[in-house]
Amino acid sequence: MNKKTAYVLALLLFLAAPFVAYPVFLMKLLCFALFACAFNLLIGFTGLLSFGHAAFFGSAGYVTGYLLATSGLPTELGIVLGVATASLLGLVIGALAIRRQGIYFSMITLALAQMVYFAALRAPFTHGEDGLQGVPRGRLFSVLDLSNDLSMYYVVLAIATAAFALVMRIVHSPFGEVLKAIKDNEPRAVSLGYEVDRYKLLAFVLSAGLAGLAGSTKTVVLGFETLTDVHWTMSGLVILMTLVGGMGTMAGPILGAFIVVALENKLGDVGAWLAEQSGVAWFSALGESVGMVTGLIFIVCVLLFRRGIVGEIALRLKR
Amino acid sequence: MDIFGIPHQALLSQLLLGLVNGSFYAMLSLGLAIIFGLLNVINFSHGALYMMGAFAAYIGVTSFGLNYWAMLLLAPLAVGLLGILIERSMLRWLYRFDHLYGLLLTFGITLLLEGIFRSFFGVSGQTLDVPEQLQGATDLGFMILPNYRAWVVAASLTVCLGTWFVIEKTRLGAYLRAGTENPKLVEAFGVNVPLMVTLTYGFGVALAGFAGVLAAPVINVTPLMGSNLIIVVFAVVVIGGMGSILGSILTGLALGVIEGLTRVFYPEGSEVVVFVVMVIVLLLRPAGLFGKEK
Repeated sequence: MNKKTAYVLALLLFLAAPFVAYPVFLMKLLCFALFACAFNLLIGFTGLLSFGHAAFFGSAGYVTGYLLATSGLPTELGIVLGVATASLLGLVIGALAIRRQGIYFSMITLALAQMVYFAALRAPFTHGEDGLQGVPRGRLFSVLDLSNDLSMYYVVLAIATAAFALVMRIVHSPFGEVLKAIKDNEPRAVSLGYEVDRYKLLAFVLSAGLAGLAGSTKTVVLGFETLTDVHWTMSGLVILMTLVGGMGTMAGPILGAFIVVALENKLGDVGAWLAEQSGVAWFSALGESVGMVTGLIFIVCVLLFRRGIVGEIALRLKR
Repeated sequence: MDIFGIPHQALLSQLLLGLVNGSFYAMLSLGLAIIFGLLNVINFSHGALYMMGAFAAYIGVTSFGLNYWAMLLLAPLAVGLLGILIERSMLRWLYRFDHLYGLLLTFGITLLLEGIFRSFFGVSGQTLDVPEQLQGATDLGFMILPNYRAWVVAASLTVCLGTWFVIEKTRLGAYLRAGTENPKLVEAFGVNVPLMVTLTYGFGVALAGFAGVLAAPVINVTPLMGSNLIIVVFAVVVIGGMGSILGSILTGLALGVIEGLTRVFYPEGSEVVVFVVMVIVLLLRPAGLFGKEK
C-alpha cells in the first residue's frame, strides 16, 4: 500500500467518522491534530524546539472568540483575523527567539509565551480566570448554518485537510528542503549562502499561523476559550503529541494528537476502573492528575521511543 | 522622607523583597548554569526540585517533628539524592543525543513530580512557620528589617559565593572547569568524569532544594510553585548567559531588585518585567550580558 492510498483511506475514514462517533469530540481531535502538524513544521523539519506554541494557539482563539461574541462578524472573518493575530505574534516572538540558538531558543519562546499568558490573564476582554463564554458558531459565508454539529464537522475537516495539504506542500517544496538543510547542519546551510535567519523566521511565522488556525477553529467549535489554551502546559502538550506520533513524520503528529486527547478524555474512567479493581482510592484521582500521566509518557518516549510511533513503523518497514 | 512620591519605608521593604526573590533566582540560575556547563542539559525539573525542597521542609517539620534547621540540611540532601538517582537512571542515556531531549526528559519529570504532589496535597497552599530564632524584626533606624528575610538573603549569598569560590579557586573546581571545557581530555588524565557529572547534577539540584527550604516560610508552598518560578529563571538565564558563575549570581540578584522596584512604581508590570528586560537584552546584546558570542 503506498502513501497516497493510505491518505485517501484516512480521509474516507474521517468522512464517515461522525456517524459512529460523537462529532464534537472528533472536531476537537482534528483541531489538536492540526495544532500538532503546525508545531511539527518547526521541530520536525526545521529543528527548532518552540516551547511557546500555546501563545499562538490561545491568542488566536481569544481574538476569534471575542470578535464573534461581540461584533457579529461572519465566522470565516473571525477565524482569518485570529490567524492573522497568531502570525503577527509569531513574527515578533520568532524574530526575537532566533537571535539565539539551540536550547536558548526554547527558553526564549517559553518566556515570551508566558508574557502572552499574563496578557491574557490581565486583559479585560479575555475575562481572566472565567474565560470567554458563549461564542456563537454563526454561519459560514452567511449561508451554511454551523450550529449543526454535522455541518460544523465537515467544515473543520475541510480546514484540517487543507492545512495538512499546505504543510505537506511546504515540506516538499524547495523552501522545505532548505529548512531540512538548516536542521541537519546549520553552518553548512550558511556557508552555502542561504540567509538562514529569514528561512527560520518564515517557518516560525507559518507554524504560528497554522497553530492559530487550530486555536481559532477550536474556539468556534466549542464556543468558549479559557486560559488553559495559553498556559505553558498546552505548549508542553503539543510537544508530547508530536513526540508520541513521531517528530519529522507527516502522519505522526495527527496520530499523536489523537492518542493524547483520547487519553486526557478517558483517563478519569481508567482511574475509576483501576480504583475499583485494586481497591486503592488514590487511583480515582487520576482524572484530575493528567499531568502525572503525560509526564510519565514524556519520560518513556524520550528514553525509549525518540522516533515516535510513526517513526518506528517507518523504520521497521524500511528494513 | 519620600523618594519620587513613594515613602522610603515602602520602597526599602520592596527592595528587600526584591533581594529575597533575587536570591532565589540567583541560586536557581547558578544551579542551572553549573549543570548546563558540564552536562549540556537545561534542567527543566529544577523548579519541581525546588518545590520538593519546600515540601520536604514542610513535611519534615509538620509530620516528623524535626526543626527548620535540621531540614535546611536534610531537604537539600534528599533532593540531591533524588537528583543523583535521576541522572544515573535516566539523563545519562541521553548525552549522546540532541540537547533538546534532555530538556524534554526533565520537562516530563517536572510534570510527573508536580502531578504526584498535586494528587496528595491538592493545589491549595501549605504554610510553614518562620523558625522562632528568626521571628520578629530589627529596627535599623531608617527601616524595619524582618529578620527572616535578612536571613534568606544572607544565607543564599553565602551559599552562592561559597559555590563560586569552590569552582573558581579550588582544585576540585579546576577539574570541574576542565570537564566543562573538554571532558575527554580530563578523563584521559584519570579523572572519573561520569562520577563528576553525577555529583554535579546532584549538587546543582541540591541548591534548588536549599532555595526551596529557604522559601518555604515566606511563600505559599504549593505543587506548582516551581514551574511558575522556573520560567522566570529561564528568562534570567537568557539575560545573563550561562557562561559565568558570578554573572549568574549577579543577574539573578539584579533582576530580583528590578522586579521589586517595578512593584513599587508600576505594580501591573511586575509579573512581566523580567521578560521585558529579556527582550531588551536580546535586541541589544543577543548573546546575553555575560555570554560569549559563538
